[in-house]
Amino acid sequence: MSQASSAPLVEVDDLCVRFVGPDATVSAVNGVSFALAPGEVLGILGESGSGKSVTLRALMRLLPHRKTRMDGRITIAGHDILRLDAQALARVRGPVVAMVFQEPMTALDPVFTIGQQIAEAIRTHESIDGVAARRRALELLELVQIPSAARRLDAYPHQLSGGLRQRAMIAIALACRPSVLLADEPTTALDATVQIQILLLLRTLQRELGMAMIFVTHDLGVAAEVSHRVAVMYAGRFVETGHVNDVVKRPSHPYTQGLLGSTVHGVAKGTKLSTIPGAPPNLARLPEGCSFAPRCGYAQQACRVAVPAQVEEGGTSGVPHLTRCVRVQASSAACGTTVPTTA
Amino acid sequence: MTAAAPHILSVQRLQKYFPVRSGLLGRASAWVQAVDDVSFEIAAGETLGVVGESGCGKSTTGRLLMRLIEPDAGQIRFEGKLVGRDLKVSDLRRSMQMVFQDSYASLNPRLAVADSIAFGPQTHGMPRERAIGRARELLGMVGLEPSQFERRYPHELSGGQRQRVNFARALALDPKLIILDEAVSALDKSVEAQVLNLLVELKKNLGLTYLFISHDLNVVQYVSDRVLVMYLGKVAEVGPVDAIYGAPQHPYTRALLDSRPSMDPEIRVEHPPLTGDPPNPINPPSGCRFRTRCPHAEAVCQTQEPDLRPAHGAPGHLVACHMRRAGSGHSQAAPLVRFGDREPSR
Ligand SMILES: Nc1ncnc2c1ncn2[C@@H]1O[C@H](COP(=O)(O)OP(=O)(O)OP(=O)(O)O)[C@@H](O)[C@H]1O
Ligand SMILES: Nc1ncnc2c1ncn2[C@@H]1O[C@H](COP(=O)(O)OP(=O)(O)OP(=O)(O)O)[C@@H](O)[C@H]1O
Ligand code: SF4
Ligand SMILES: [Mg+2]
Ligand SMILES: [Mg+2]
Repeated sequence: MSQASSAPLVEVDDLCVRFVGPDATVSAVNGVSFALAPGEVLGILGESGSGKSVTLRALMRLLPHRKTRMDGRITIAGHDILRLDAQALARVRGPVVAMVFQEPMTALDPVFTIGQQIAEAIRTHESIDGVAARRRALELLELVQIPSAARRLDAYPHQLSGGLRQRAMIAIALACRPSVLLADEPTTALDATVQIQILLLLRTLQRELGMAMIFVTHDLGVAAEVSHRVAVMYAGRFVETGHVNDVVKRPSHPYTQGLLGSTVHGVAKGTKLSTIPGAPPNLARLPEGCSFAPRCGYAQQACRVAVPAQVEEGGTSGVPHLTRCVRVQASSAACGTTVPTTA
Repeated sequence: MTAAAPHILSVQRLQKYFPVRSGLLGRASAWVQAVDDVSFEIAAGETLGVVGESGCGKSTTGRLLMRLIEPDAGQIRFEGKLVGRDLKVSDLRRSMQMVFQDSYASLNPRLAVADSIAFGPQTHGMPRERAIGRARELLGMVGLEPSQFERRYPHELSGGQRQRVNFARALALDPKLIILDEAVSALDKSVEAQVLNLLVELKKNLGLTYLFISHDLNVVQYVSDRVLVMYLGKVAEVGPVDAIYGAPQHPYTRALLDSRPSMDPEIRVEHPPLTGDPPNPINPPSGCRFRTRCPHAEAVCQTQEPDLRPAHGAPGHLVACHMRRAGSGHSQAAPLVRFGDREPSR
């Protein structure tokens, strides 16, 4: 990928997010670092509660102010996100970074038409008149391939089908031409034949508009369909990151291997599915060392002492394959195909 | 239907329309045709998978079979006995159990796990002590160590563990057929695999029959012997799992299968197989309900409803599409065979 070599658009350095409650502190994100180049698509793959949504929301500072503690550094297009004041933050949300959610019904305002909501999104950032804003709204609905777009401008969210609502939400997110689009499981609630339409739409728009995208999903197939690079998240950490081909076809981390093994796809009937025993750890009481150790068949003493360092073993198209597991040996000595690390 | 087919369940022309009420008087102004003229059989010991998009009538079919709702029309036979005439609904509900997606909502939050499992048998007259003993046995069977889990409450369990308790509860009355309505859909992949292994094992050890409802086409392929594809309240296609996945005959089945992400980043899906969303089940399209999204729709598809007929190839493979019916008038259909129907009798 040629984009990977240009200066990063998003840089996240050792991000930690904790929620402080009366009884316990939940450590939802525990040291996430990554960089994203303009035009690049990062898929974050992980099971429920692994911290995918919290990571995305942190990038836009959409977490409840009072109980959230954030450490580390997030830079998007030169903005030091965690240090922005409210006004500066409002200028970033929309033109720099925007988000689409799983449930459009909760993200859309039921009392305004789709056209009004898009126009409103544009006019918070640009001083254009109503007529021009409406024209732009129409263009956006056409961009997201809503049939009879002119008629749909005046529709309320509840008058649209699930697939059209999701397209409308994408149109709103794109209204200010963001450099980075954050997508939090935008196709999970949709039917199979609609899901693939939205997935391909996002992939096309990302390519045509040259946006970077972070796409969160728990579905391996979906991640493989849209991502250049995939990060596998477990208990608030990226346990494995790499080119989509490396992660999907040559997984290194025992958790990724287990996840792929337990994904039912073309498994012959009568064959027992491979499984991962147990369940993810309690985020209020994270184990020392590798969080996967309690479920891992390879766990040894070293795994329980300290969080394994990120080890690089080769890569594809300039994207390093990074794994946090004590069993993984750096491959630089062996084959010399390593690429300089970004982190 | 030939005589001695060992069907545990046979469903004929099942129908359920839900009224859509409006206005002060609450008169039905329209009807949701949730299940319309649905017929199928399940052989003893098999797993019949049911797939289709949201709102196509999968859950309604399951609830009609359990008689949680009353059908408008149609007949259900369990082991040959007509439900409501030869077989009381209360007896049916003992032989047939249903497990739902939401593992939390199905359990009483104030009952410890063992009491929840023992509840059913107790209401059917089993003494408490025996029912609790049986509950512990069932916990072991679903992979939960009784001494560790029997006193726990639902909120003290993970989603996968709760679903195991729901299976134990369903098994408590020794049912023959279990309807699994998205029973693994809410679980994470790693947990889903554990639970699927358990379902396969229970079925083998206890000689169960499953009706397995799911929107996950990969999971349905893995667990099913036969598969029923529904679209807007109708059966589009039914047949052996390998025929449905290997040689789908209905354009909808094909599109549904082609909509699955490939799982291989080097072979990505390039074009969506269908455009648009499934239409509203209130006032569904005339003729073939799929015609508004079907790439092969022709005039006959609008005027005539295709009925379920044997497809070429695998025995027991039926499809409702004018393209597949000789003499239907669809340009891609084979010409009519003269001298009557020469279709196989099954
Ligand atoms: N506002 C909050 N207050 C307290 N805990 C929270 C809050 N938001 C999230 N969490 C917790 O943080 C952890 C990570 O949650 P997150 O929503 O990021 O998971 P996820 O990976 O997106 O999962 P899913 O696939 O279910 O959406 C979970 O344990 C969750 O309960
Ligand atoms: N009690 C009810 N009253 C009115 N309409 C109903 C009722 N139950 C179901 N419906 C409607 O009947 C249709 C079929 O619903 P059903 O729940 O059977 O679909 P499904 O195939 O199980 O969908 P899903 O995949 O979303 O679970 C839907 O349009 C639904 O809105
Ligand atoms: S009957 Fe016609 S509209 Fe229906 S699936 Fe067949 S070709 Fe398509
Ligand atoms: Mg989430
Ligand atoms: Mg349902």
